[in-house]
Amino acid sequence: MEPINEIKSVITPLNQKNVDTDQIISKEFLKRIERTGFGQYLFYHWRFDAQGNPIKDFILNDDRYKDSTILVAHENFGCGSSREHAPWSILDYGFRVVIAPSFADIFYNNCMKNGILPIKLSVEEVEELLRKELYNVEVNLETQTVTGADGIVYSFDIDPYQKKMLLNGWDEISLTFQYEDQIKAYELRKA
Amino acid sequence: MAKTIIEKIWDEHIVYEEEGKPDLLYIDLHLLHEVTSPQAFEGLRLNNRKVRRPDLCYATMDHNVPTRNREQITDVIARTQINTLQQNCEEFGIPLANMDHPDQGIVHIIGPELGLTQPGKTIVCGDSHTSTHGAFGAIAFGIGTSEVEHVLSTQTLWQARPKTMEIKVTGELGYGVAAKDIILAIISKFGIDMGTGYIVEYTGEAIRKLSMEERMTICNMSIEAGARAGLISPDETTVNFLRGREHVPTGEAFEKEADRWLSLASDEGAVYDKTVEISADEIEPFVTWGTNPSMGSGISNHIPYTKDFSETSDQQAHEKALAYMGLEEGMPLTDIAISNVFIGSCTNARLSDLRTAASVIEGRKVHPNVKAIVVPGSQTVKKQAEQEGIDKIFLDAGFEWRESGCSMCLAMNDDVVPAGEHCASTSNRNFEGRQGAGSKTHLMSPAMAAAAAIEGHIVDIRKFQLSPAGI
Repeated sequence: MEPINEIKSVITPLNQKNVDTDQIISKEFLKRIERTGFGQYLFYHWRFDAQGNPIKDFILNDDRYKDSTILVAHENFGCGSSREHAPWSILDYGFRVVIAPSFADIFYNNCMKNGILPIKLSVEEVEELLRKELYNVEVNLETQTVTGADGIVYSFDIDPYQKKMLLNGWDEISLTFQYEDQIKAYELRKA
Repeated sequence: MAKTIIEKIWDEHIVYEEEGKPDLLYIDLHLLHEVTSPQAFEGLRLNNRKVRRPDLCYATMDHNVPTRNREQITDVIARTQINTLQQNCEEFGIPLANMDHPDQGIVHIIGPELGLTQPGKTIVCGDSHTSTHGAFGAIAFGIGTSEVEHVLSTQTLWQARPKTMEIKVTGELGYGVAAKDIILAIISKFGIDMGTGYIVEYTGEAIRKLSMEERMTICNMSIEAGARAGLISPDETTVNFLRGREHVPTGEAFEKEADRWLSLASDEGAVYDKTVEISADEIEPFVTWGTNPSMGSGISNHIPYTKDFSETSDQQAHEKALAYMGLEEGMPLTDIAISNVFIGSCTNARLSDLRTAASVIEGRKVHPNVKAIVVPGSQTVKKQAEQEGIDKIFLDAGFEWRESGCSMCLAMNDDVVPAGEHCASTSNRNFEGRQGAGSKTHLMSPAMAAAAAIEGHIVDIRKFQLSPAGI
């Protein structure tokens, strides 16, 4: 996966809580056998009406955010189905960072495996971000900060192991192969 | 020191641990299906990697498969995915129950049926409802496709030690109240994200009295409360369910294994990071009226008013949900008209679920406004039900009787609720569009869904059964 450290962008405010992965990527788009090409289907039924026309007041149809790489939403983002197609579609659409007060566990892990940085800020901080119009921020994973264009700095926590994986874009499977002796020993012990 | 079953199983499976890193955990059973595995197998091929332990994998086809006219899958992309799984299993030597196999079914139904699911195991699958297997006292959780690839390559996963939560269900269930109502009541009371970061253990006398099938219904929906895994300590009910199943040992070896299973139960005095309690006595038959599984109420209630919620974000979510559902605040739940009924899914498509639903509808007819289908959870369930004549009861009442699969729970095949229509469903998710674009799902127990099929609107199963002339 692609390493991630500094990301500068206007934030896309998605003013909703409990956004489930069925909304992020609807089931009719899960039949592909590739990892790519899912961006066009991101939030499909919120973006397009039954005739396939863009729904005007949905945030992703607002041109001011079309180059944004940072998505911000309320609590429990990514709940429901484990489908990794959800982070694939977020990444393929162009987002590298998702900010929310909390994430569902499986979705959070899935982001980590795809070079998407999920940032947890407090409910108050996220509400503040969502209130600001066309707010530009700079995310820095190394320093664990989100710095607004107005100079406000928000700090976030991240597990040091996961931070290292994201900063380096490492392939976890290759790393785990270094523990082959331990895995073998475990299997022998249990046999 | 007294330990919970969660700690016992976790500690037993640590391959490697180091300060500042997650634990490297060994995985005992890896279940696979056609939708979340193709990219993982492709990853293996691209990197020239093998499947480390094909003998610890088991695959089936469930999400996409048609539930009628199986000979010819008209959906080309679905067919490609199904064929891809077949080829991948052949190439990597993984056992597969394909569409023509007598063991085919929803992955979370056939695991227990075959005795692959056992107490003390770590079980994963690229599917969030893997929590179902926790009913046996296993740590079972859903993973993404990258993790599927990791398990295929290494038979391990890096996992941070989760926090533990006890959900204690005290008291006794009332007449007409099912396992589904317990879990819907828990999610409604404590919230859709109460379990985030936790593995949950369900305890209490109401849980102890449940059959294995009922326990599976509860653990299945742990993920709808945010918990990746939910489990129940094994007891005699667990052991009796497993005895004689295909993949468990026989004779003395079984009894020895059973003793080990029973010893895994949480110790008296074990401490959880969090404990919550709910009384079974206060639980009514439950239905959802909104667009996530926490948006539900006991059947004698009305749809909440927006002003009942204190937080603005909850008020907004409530209004958005009701606008999508086309329902009014304050409306009695029993006034909700139903035009589709789905009895199926990994939550409620086991034999006991079909028996219960059949007993409710026997000798009656499906309401003329309703299209009702029954999708058994597996070919085994289907066959057993047919031997008991349950299929006849459903067919005589006007239900359709289908082949096994996930079907209308997520509508990846052509079993779809039409846009704008309401469906009484025994499945697990009522998200927007879950059962088809514009579909409106109401989650409930098999008995409640069956009664709704007869009446054409949501009914209180207790009143329905006590007044057979109709209500």
